[in-house]
Amino acid sequence: MSKYTPHTKEDLEIMLKAVGINSLDELYQDAPKELIVKELKINEGMSQMAVEKAFQKITAQNKVYDTILRGCGAYDHYIPAPVAALTGRSEFLTAYTPYQPEISQGILQSIFEYQTLMCELSGMDVSNASVYDVGTAVGEAITMCRERRNKVVVAGAVNPQTITVAKTYCKAGDTQIIEIAPKNGVVDIEALKAAIDADTACVIAQCPNFFGLIEDMEALAQISHEKGAKFVYIFNPIAATVLSTPKECGADIAVAEGQPLGMPISFGGPYLGILTCNEKMTRRMPGRVVGQTVDKNGKRAFVLTLQAREQHIRREKALSSICSNQALCALTAVIYLSLMGKEGMRQVADACISKAHYLAEQLSAVKGIKLKYQGEFFNEFAIETDKYNKKVTDTLDKEGILGGLKINDTDSIWCVTEKADKATLDKVVSIFKEVK
Amino acid sequence: MKNLLFSKSHEWVKIEGNKATIGLSDYAQHELGDIVYINLPSIGDKITIGESFTDVESVKAVSEVYSPVSGTITAVNDELESQPELINNAPYDAWIVTVELSDKGELMTKEEYEKFCK
Repeated sequence: MSKYTPHTKEDLEIMLKAVGINSLDELYQDAPKELIVKELKINEGMSQMAVEKAFQKITAQNKVYDTILRGCGAYDHYIPAPVAALTGRSEFLTAYTPYQPEISQGILQSIFEYQTLMCELSGMDVSNASVYDVGTAVGEAITMCRERRNKVVVAGAVNPQTITVAKTYCKAGDTQIIEIAPKNGVVDIEALKAAIDADTACVIAQCPNFFGLIEDMEALAQISHEKGAKFVYIFNPIAATVLSTPKECGADIAVAEGQPLGMPISFGGPYLGILTCNEKMTRRMPGRVVGQTVDKNGKRAFVLTLQAREQHIRREKALSSICSNQALCALTAVIYLSLMGKEGMRQVADACISKAHYLAEQLSAVKGIKLKYQGEFFNEFAIETDKYNKKVTDTLDKEGILGGLKINDTDSIWCVTEKADKATLDKVVSIFKEVK
Repeated sequence: MKNLLFSKSHEWVKIEGNKATIGLSDYAQHELGDIVYINLPSIGDKITIGESFTDVESVKAVSEVYSPVSGTITAVNDELESQPELINNAPYDAWIVTVELSDKGELMTKEEYEKFCK
């Protein structure tokens, strides 16, 4: 008997008798005998102690760095202790998505609060209950814009992994995706203007961009709108507190990777796809949306709303097949933002800016290292040097530091968050200084 | 209402020369229930007999609206965007589109339609 099913021998006998058979095997009498599995070629199984030892051996191979100076889509921000304490509660951690949503008022309320917070961060009118990550958010944004037009323009330095996912969505819909190479690290305005035409559904740009640089998103939105294309703004939820909001810049849709909001880097996931839009596009938004209403007694209540957009009602006419959200990660974001508050978020952003600029300044003062691009940046920057060699990487490694991401032989992208301390940053600089 | 013609898929059509105005019949709005949204087409869209040119959302379902005629849309009733309930309250006043006609399908008179609905 499996250790995971709770039936006793007596339970089984009662059930067998009720059904009118003598053994469990008789339940499968309709299956062809040759298809019934006689034995599973797997191990006997191990004791809990042995399993724990086996997994410890595997995880011991992981290298956990004290300081992570690498971003490019996943960021090492400080996670206050209450976040894990709350999300670890079994009511949140193990709950599956509610099938009779109105009975789960608590979950619905938390999603409603998540949606509200995303609108506050981005300035946009509406948010959905979340999608899987920024890649899916961009894919869904493309689907939202693609009505009579079937071309997408990716302007400048957008995270390559995001573009890869977007391409998958485009392939399915025969949508052409045009990438405009950056000029001096930012969007090549002239090339962009030339690439947008009457068939362009949307222009997608990221700020801060993949190289960490701040783009003139307001100008990009204007250029897009001039030709009747929508503008999709990929934002950073931490930077959003200090930059002009996507709404202020004229974005039609604003998406982001929500991982910085209390989720650990976790080797790539689970992450959080933030998807917000203007009121005009509300009905084209995919996924769950929670709404606030009143019950028959006039008391506030929450429901899943605008469900006629979704594929379980609209079927093949639905814009998207996504029918889930990242509930636990969305809840994590709500808890993180509630704990940090506006002031705390601002402090995080300020610390990121000042520490990153400090490292950039110090590194570019080292002979043989220069900042690759001029222009304002948030907390990531690219350097060009021959000195970022294996010796440096090994030395950094020994010090428990994960350095910037190498993107080619000479260029690397570095990121500094509020977690880094001055002493560690100075150590990185001195390690580079030692290279002849 | 006397001069309206009806399709088997429960749309009404008013034909004036080569202009056709289309809406949903009382029978249709009744079957659909409270309409919360209509996904309006755009001026200039070409529509074809028997093909869906818009869809209508009630609280629990989405229903296609099939065109009783072929032609090009010349006007769209934008009022329905914010007040879709007009279709329920006054189905024969709540026109959806007007069309420059190129062809019309099989249409019934009011009497024939009423018999059809029984």
